[in-house]
Amino acid sequence: MSSKKRITLSGSSNIVAEFFEYCINSILFQRGIYEPEDFKMIKKYNLNLLVTTDDRVQAYISEIMKQVKKWIGSQSIKKLVLAIISKESRDVMERWQFDIEIQKDIENENKREKSENEIQNEIQAILRQLTASISFLPLLEEPCTFNVIAYTDKNAEVPQTWIDSDPKYIKYNQEHVKLRSFSTSYHSVDAMVSYRFRE
Amino acid sequence: MDFSSSQLNLIRKDIKDNSKYKNTGLANYKDFLYQENLAQALSINFDQRILTFNAEPPSNERPPLRSSWKESLKSVSSIVKRKIPTHAERILDAPGIGDDYYTNLLDWSSRNIVAIALDSKIYLWNANNGDVNVVCEDTSKIGGNVCSISWTQDGKYLGVGTSEGDTQIWDVEQDRKLRSMYGHITRVGVLSWNKYILSSGCRDGSIHQHDVRIENHRTQTLLGHCAEVCGLSWKNDGQLLASGGNDNLVNIWDIRSSLPKMTKTNHCAAVKALAWCPWQSNILATGGGTQDKTIHFWNTTTESKINSIFTGSQVTSLIWSLDYKEILSSHGFPDNNITIWKYPTLDRIINIQAHEDRVLFSAISPDGQSVATAAGDETLKFWKIWKKNKDNRDSASSSRNHLNKENDNSSKISENDVLMSTFLNKNKIR
Repeated sequence: MSSKKRITLSGSSNIVAEFFEYCINSILFQRGIYEPEDFKMIKKYNLNLLVTTDDRVQAYISEIMKQVKKWIGSQSIKKLVLAIISKESRDVMERWQFDIEIQKDIENENKREKSENEIQNEIQAILRQLTASISFLPLLEEPCTFNVIAYTDKNAEVPQTWIDSDPKYIKYNQEHVKLRSFSTSYHSVDAMVSYRFRE
Repeated sequence: MDFSSSQLNLIRKDIKDNSKYKNTGLANYKDFLYQENLAQALSINFDQRILTFNAEPPSNERPPLRSSWKESLKSVSSIVKRKIPTHAERILDAPGIGDDYYTNLLDWSSRNIVAIALDSKIYLWNANNGDVNVVCEDTSKIGGNVCSISWTQDGKYLGVGTSEGDTQIWDVEQDRKLRSMYGHITRVGVLSWNKYILSSGCRDGSIHQHDVRIENHRTQTLLGHCAEVCGLSWKNDGQLLASGGNDNLVNIWDIRSSLPKMTKTNHCAAVKALAWCPWQSNILATGGGTQDKTIHFWNTTTESKINSIFTGSQVTSLIWSLDYKEILSSHGFPDNNITIWKYPTLDRIINIQAHEDRVLFSAISPDGQSVATAAGDETLKFWKIWKKNKDNRDSASSSRNHLNKENDNSSKISENDVLMSTFLNKNKIR
């Protein structure tokens, strides 16, 4: 049984990275950043998830994920943020933030090992919550695009394709809602969404 | 916390990378040390970097069939009942007008005098009786070509910016220069008055604030443009200054700060046309040049864009009506027209084929009924497009407002007068 197998660090990194990839795809679909007909439904984590079929978007996301995977592997990434930005005004409309924490007590043998199934259930819960949060998020009335931001260690290796950025906070009328979290034996990931509240 | 630390990281990087900082020497370094200490005291986290993937995501744009269909319905319509003349009320020759987009050579004073600079001579045309005067027959007194002119609110004095970087104040009644205010290294293409403060925009991208009452006139230097400043406009309340430049930026400056309060990069050509809405004081309209052809409307309080119009021609100036909820835009290549738009619906009310060459400058009469336009075809034309209609209750009430406004102005004017004379008296004593 795979669930009995101890998850390695690189296995854990892969789980986290894969989770991000599906999150980004889901958010892009749910928030209408790309046309719904450019997405297809797949089965993952025992859920129906939507992923983009647009080659350009696929390439763009996988280019980002390639680097994020490296950072997760070297334990130098702390946060990953998906900011939804108005095309015209460049104002940040929504900010999906995922905090990545390294579990410190790995050495502790007494700690109960989590099975892959349990992890999957946790991930499933976040993704369900993510889909459900559309009900309280304000409608994006203007055309929007997105940006991915990573908080890394000072000494992390940075390729030329990534540049220093501001944290892309929402400037005013900010509300935020904490979502669920999941953890493997090496990482724990917290999710949060902030959005611009309109009266 | 995160924000300030990333900002500081940027500053650090600047200091490392940028020789500019090295040259400016100790002052900046001290600032840097101070910030460093401050950051430590506040335990801001320097161990992290905030990075973003440096590429725009693929666009999601589809051919805008629906919106283009809507646009076509929006064209010239008969929403406005009054008759707008499509012919100029009066046409004057303007020989030797400097056909340069980046200058500002026309202004209409509150005393109903139109000033226009032709061939580096400033002509004053009295709109009451048609008299023509020349400011300073001896052009050597101005020293250099005239690149910008602007009346004070009371219409007594004329600010003049020259190609040599001099900003001058002329008393037009006595036809003498009151003072020269040096400081710019090259031509001053645009001026804007705010009571006793004269703001001047220079070709090198700097904006100086001159307090004309005092000897050390330069009170502030605003560095927010990296190319020629060609548009400057004070908000009615004198708290905010809007500037536009050849670097395609629109900056808004708070009078209390020398850093821009808001910077907008939406235009993709030089921004010369800037106009504050008279009835909703936080709205600013800006128009872009040949590559851009777009007018944007900004809410300067929330710093967001309210609306945009693609006009199809270079936007050279914008004027809000004082009595109607309308805005006029003047255009250069390719149509050389003027257009009146309804606000906020942005319906095109009328399109007037105004000139044979690009419309360079425009100015509104003190009564708000007429607009003067000067163009590269060497004519100065007057258009009575906002004729007051007594039957129209709307316009009547707003014109009453306008009268009140004039009263307000007159109180400001007297203030202005007093301030100006204090400067003069001081100088006499000296």
